[in-house]
Amino acid sequence: MRTTVLQSGNLPISKMWPRIGDEIVADERFDAVVVGAGPAGTAAAYTMAKGGLKVALIERGEFPGAKNIFGGVLYRKQLEDLIPEFWKEAPLERTIVEQRLWILGGDSAVTFGHRNLKYKEPPNCWTGLRVKFDQWFAGKAEQAGAIPIYETVVTELLLENGRVVGVRTDREDGDLRANIVVIADGVNSLLGKSLGIHREWRPDEVSLAVKEVIALPKQTIQDRFNLEDDEGCTIEFVGHMHGMAGLGFLYTNQDTLSLGVGVMVSDLRNKRIKPYEVLEGIKRHPMIQRLIQGGEVKEYSGHLIPEGGLDSMPPLAGDGWMICGDAAQMVNAVHREGTNLAVTSGRLAGETAIAAHAKGDFSAAALDEYTKAVRDSFIYKDLKKYRGVHGLLAMGASDLLFEKFPQALNDAAYEMLLVDGVPKKVKQKAAVGHLRDVAGGNWKLLRLALKGWRAMNG
Amino acid sequence: MLHLVVCMKQVPDSREIRIDPKTNTLVRQGVPAIVNYFDLHALEEALRVKDEHGARVTVISMGPPSAEKALRQCVSMGADEGILVSDRAFAGADTLATSYVLAMAIQKAEDEWGPVDIVFCGKQTLDGDTGQVGPGVACRLDIDQLTYVEKVESLDPVKREIIVHRHLEDGVERVKARLPVLITALAELNRPRRAGLPGVLRAARYQPIVWTTNDFPNMDRSKIGLRGSPTIVSKTWVPEPKQVNTEFIEGDDPAVTAQELLGRLYATDLPQKLGWA
Repeated sequence: MRTTVLQSGNLPISKMWPRIGDEIVADERFDAVVVGAGPAGTAAAYTMAKGGLKVALIERGEFPGAKNIFGGVLYRKQLEDLIPEFWKEAPLERTIVEQRLWILGGDSAVTFGHRNLKYKEPPNCWTGLRVKFDQWFAGKAEQAGAIPIYETVVTELLLENGRVVGVRTDREDGDLRANIVVIADGVNSLLGKSLGIHREWRPDEVSLAVKEVIALPKQTIQDRFNLEDDEGCTIEFVGHMHGMAGLGFLYTNQDTLSLGVGVMVSDLRNKRIKPYEVLEGIKRHPMIQRLIQGGEVKEYSGHLIPEGGLDSMPPLAGDGWMICGDAAQMVNAVHREGTNLAVTSGRLAGETAIAAHAKGDFSAAALDEYTKAVRDSFIYKDLKKYRGVHGLLAMGASDLLFEKFPQALNDAAYEMLLVDGVPKKVKQKAAVGHLRDVAGGNWKLLRLALKGWRAMNG
Repeated sequence: MLHLVVCMKQVPDSREIRIDPKTNTLVRQGVPAIVNYFDLHALEEALRVKDEHGARVTVISMGPPSAEKALRQCVSMGADEGILVSDRAFAGADTLATSYVLAMAIQKAEDEWGPVDIVFCGKQTLDGDTGQVGPGVACRLDIDQLTYVEKVESLDPVKREIIVHRHLEDGVERVKARLPVLITALAELNRPRRAGLPGVLRAARYQPIVWTTNDFPNMDRSKIGLRGSPTIVSKTWVPEPKQVNTEFIEGDDPAVTAQELLGRLYATDLPQKLGWA
């Protein structure tokens, strides 16, 4: 078999490897190679291996999950479609019975939330830690027959007449040929870039999230969050982030808390603020400080989150390849869902591969069934609904939306609840007036409200 | 063809080890298990012999079923076969019992695949640190032992001669020996290779061979496991960190503080000890 190497352009090729134009010889052939053992890649590998395909699952980390982070919420529905009753064996932290949303002022908060014990049975979502969960999930794919190839970096795709026919890894004799390559190499997708299907993300298309895992005794966590046994609670918060577009989170694990913030990279750049400074500021906020005090920071991590939404999504399939998960910008930033979309996209890619295998057709036309399946799924529909959100955030209203409004809302709440003899009608008028002034007038406030409405309702 | 055996132990990664302050024992829970560092060098040397002269490389490990992962790693690097000697009856073994079992396993490997020419061991394990198992195996096999080897100068499979450099406390000893021998490897011996992709693929599908007590009809039950281990741990403790007096020299001008620091240092006997004076 004669194959020509196409350099990815992102990674240096060491001297020992063939160079561009060199001929290479490959022997063992797979039905499918999956690049990346995160939720998307593992779901694809699991689906295909169960469907009888000969699959290799390649991961650059020492083991799946070693290099992966997320905020920390796993949902039931999409994983259940793949592995029924997975929660009975998967390493999960706590079953979430309460979700809170805090709008932070300087040292105050307006809070919303919903607690309902119905979320326990059937469970709706859990907190989790990727280092444990991904290992377990990839183990399921291995049990189904996927061949694990870990601590291995895919440096480029092998192309033959414009078709993807396999991957090149950084190991000796490292070429692996396959009929289908499923690209699930995460937000920075080097392979997506090498294919030319997406460019380097613009700073407004990605958020940088930083997260700390903070250890506290189990009982302390349960007391502070009003929880029993394996019950869990999540808190999302906005505001108090130097006027940048960002969302913070505080999740309860068994004996740790996950505390983090994700901030739009363009705002970080414009404000010249480092992400950990944002996190440090949040840790000093009295609402947060009291929940984490006495805890010991066990881990610190940072990761990019693709938040460009539908308009940043690349083509999803071509001759011999499909792309899933973060690599395809599949994140619903509004609902902090990513793992969900990743798992479903992986499953859909896997199902498409099984059908393509049965027909022996791995062309772009055959694999485009995957694109159609994504369009018919909640992935596309949800991202379509929030299509305008990215534009709204990118238009430079961060300071207004994420600092001035939250503060004004806190001020208004303070005034409304303060009993000082001023009639309520006067107070209400003052509160609305305050919000209007912050927005820069009635007209601007209305326009912003309309834009916001449209952004949230595609 | 030469038959080489590598003795390997799966150990907790010592970089992530902690000591339980209450029991004074190692906390193994949650600590990743790895191939003992020195055993990787032993394996690498065996693989180099295989690359140069052609050889069969058998890796033998005594340990729990989870050690299969470590054996797979050895197979991915190029070992031909991985043997897991595993049985509850082997649990609690000290170096005496361990070397007895390993020697019997090596003899069984000889029965299966022919006489063994070189046994490679790491100089010691990261968790036990005794350095006794390699020599113990050599004694039981009644073969010569070359411990603390930092270099294999030459190997002549026809004359059956090997010349190695042994790193001793007071120098290096250049030794010639006749096969079969047992070698214990230092880290200086070589740089372990990264497995190639074909090796990784083979390892992913490879099922290590498991030998239990049933596979050793002649094994003396009184010499294995806890029963065969005369070592008694009478006490363990964590050494107190040494008390060090720390002084901060405050000041805004680095030149002044540096001068002050140097003045204090030269007032001690440190410069003399370091040969500055």
